[in-house]
Amino acid sequence: MNATTAEVASPLAHLSADQLDQLADELDEIRDRVFADLGERDRRYIESMIAMQRRLAVMGRVLLLAARYRPAQIAGTAALSMAKILENMEIGHNVLHGQWDWMNDPQINSSTWDWDTASTSEAWKHSHNYVHHTFTNILGKDKDLGYEIMRIDPQQKWHPVYLLQPFYNLLLMSFFEWGVALHDLDFEAIRTGKKSKAQVKRELAGIREKAKSQVVKDYIAWPLLSGLATTAFDAALDARRGGRRRGGLAGVLKRALGGGGESFRAAAAGDASANIARNVWSYAIIFCGHFPDQTYTFKPSEVENESRGGWYVRQLTGAANIEGSPLFHVASGNLGYQVEHHLFPDLPSTRYAEIAPQVKQVCERYGLPYNSGPFAQQLGMVQRTILRLAFPGGEQRAKPGPYRGEDHPAL
Amino acid sequence: MAERGAPPQVPALRRKALHAVRSFFSPLLPDDYLELINPLWSTRELRGRIERIDKETSEAVTVLIRPGFEWTGHQPGQYLRIGVVVDGVHHWRAYSLTSEPGRPDGCISITPKLVDTGKVSPYFVHGARPGDVVRLGGVEGTFVLPDPAPRKLLMISAGSGITPIMSMLRSLHRSDSVGDVVHLHSARTADAVIFAELLGEIENAHEGYDLRLRITGEQGRVAAEDLDELCPDWRERHAFLSGPAAMLDAMVERWERDGDPQLLHMERFQPLIGGEPGEGEGGVVRFAKSGVEARCDSGTPILVGGEEAGATLPFGCRMGICHTCVGRLCKGEVRDLRTGQVHGSEGEMIRTCVNAPEGSIEIAL
Repeated sequence: MNATTAEVASPLAHLSADQLDQLADELDEIRDRVFADLGERDRRYIESMIAMQRRLAVMGRVLLLAARYRPAQIAGTAALSMAKILENMEIGHNVLHGQWDWMNDPQINSSTWDWDTASTSEAWKHSHNYVHHTFTNILGKDKDLGYEIMRIDPQQKWHPVYLLQPFYNLLLMSFFEWGVALHDLDFEAIRTGKKSKAQVKRELAGIREKAKSQVVKDYIAWPLLSGLATTAFDAALDARRGGRRRGGLAGVLKRALGGGGESFRAAAAGDASANIARNVWSYAIIFCGHFPDQTYTFKPSEVENESRGGWYVRQLTGAANIEGSPLFHVASGNLGYQVEHHLFPDLPSTRYAEIAPQVKQVCERYGLPYNSGPFAQQLGMVQRTILRLAFPGGEQRAKPGPYRGEDHPAL
Repeated sequence: MAERGAPPQVPALRRKALHAVRSFFSPLLPDDYLELINPLWSTRELRGRIERIDKETSEAVTVLIRPGFEWTGHQPGQYLRIGVVVDGVHHWRAYSLTSEPGRPDGCISITPKLVDTGKVSPYFVHGARPGDVVRLGGVEGTFVLPDPAPRKLLMISAGSGITPIMSMLRSLHRSDSVGDVVHLHSARTADAVIFAELLGEIENAHEGYDLRLRITGEQGRVAAEDLDELCPDWRERHAFLSGPAAMLDAMVERWERDGDPQLLHMERFQPLIGGEPGEGEGGVVRFAKSGVEARCDSGTPILVGGEEAGATLPFGCRMGICHTCVGRLCKGEVRDLRTGQVHGSEGEMIRTCVNAPEGSIEIAL
């Protein structure tokens, strides 16, 4: 059956070339103003964020040493999950975007940073910073549009494999970092021979190295330490209580090792839960960035000879914000300001909230949409699309009109 | 990549212990956590804590720094690259070490003089406080006192050019090996003499040290022709010169004409790169990574032009020493602002801080 999709008018059709140039100048000005103002306060923010994240990680690990006690396991897992989320979102993603390169800091720098995920920073910077942020929402060019395995736009051709989409959506949610790492390889480039075998081999070796270090850290080293700590603790306690009369030293050790094993398993389970929590959270935030109903997608023909103003409008309309509290925005790496992030990917994340009102004003004056919605609504739309487009057909959802200020809801 | 401090001298056992537990912390290092307790414990780069700041004149201070690990040592006369954070940005500068090697307390010192338009010297002179942490880079420089030091010496210094000379004098003073030293030092006013007290102390302690102070505001500058009167046997002495370029040029010319240039050692002040339009035509630089285009006139380094055009570029010393700012030249030629020489071939690594474009160029930054 032929998928018929209602044509959605291009969001920039009503703007002349001059207006687009003017729009680009205005947005450039917003960026320049922030860059001229960056200084000590921004540095203090990212340094204390990194310090807090590391303290949280230490707290989580220490609590998990006593993981066989349920409250310690729960508290440790929660602290570690939060640490992993901050490490990936507010710190890793943003540092690797070069948002903090202006500090000329040898460590907090996109060229030296490495993060706790399955993707090497090198591969990710290419697939994300370059491919996704340059060709944002262009069908067939932005590989993040459905990640080459999902149909999230009705203009993508249907294939029976998409019937499984609701199922592997759940898999991707839980193991997001691994999905992203494989996605960085760019299967299309491999298939078409654009990527040399040697490079594929090098990138696979990179993922293997990252996988190894995560597995060793989360599933061997820390659980083992937890097991050893418990064993030592139990053995000492047992011996003091006269345990040597029951089976001698061997008996003491045997009983203690039982507790140690329990702790090992509980700590490993805590680490695994933290990894999954981080994966589910980043999946949710990232999917809400581009796949809610409000966002526009573009055909390659629509972006031929695109001006800088046109590029800005595509970034503006291809992304959607998520509304939430300040804590929500920090936990999501300020990607709730996806619109601002896509306009200015290398602007320090803390500044997105500050410039949001200026961006809205620009939208209002140029008759452009400013996509935004509460988290639950956005995530619901995304899941609805994934379910609906698993089947043939599907139509473009209605797009919001131009932004008309806070008092006029867009949808 | 941004410049970082020199690798510190970490005891082998500590290094091995840190290496053994690194799997617990990957992709970070144990360092990243230890630094939360004490930033001086970094084994990746040498850092130091400011112990004391002493005012030398109204514009110069001596900053005493305790390195986080054992100081690897330096030769009197060498300079140190030092990194500080000003307005959230790491800046690197080179300053002559004014301390002698082997201080019993393990500390080192530099003596920056205020440059009003500068970034780093205002920090040291006005902003720095004891307890601040700075980054310590490599020790460099060939303007050093030979070991053992020649007996007959002539030191000629002017203004803050005295800083490397001070390390030499302190070294001679500490080892009690001041033989026969004539020191011609110039300063604009009596109040502007850096180390005045210490120089007096050395003069009292050693008969062989002869300080001739010249207050240029009243007596005019020391000319190369004055040497015969000020130090009649100057031709026989190992001479150490440190001061502004005009003074050095005049002295070099005199030594070449009448003396033995082999005996002449000197330190030129840090060259000021850019600012003045020079020879050449300048041009347009395209920064391949950011897509920024910058127009640089003939005296403007690629780095400065790029920054003014809004590109975020790596930078370090801004004087052609540290190679932090290098970028691969994709297209075009550049002019070295220090020598005026035009060079550049595709693939060459160019220091953006000391080169201006010569026509249209593209650089992979």
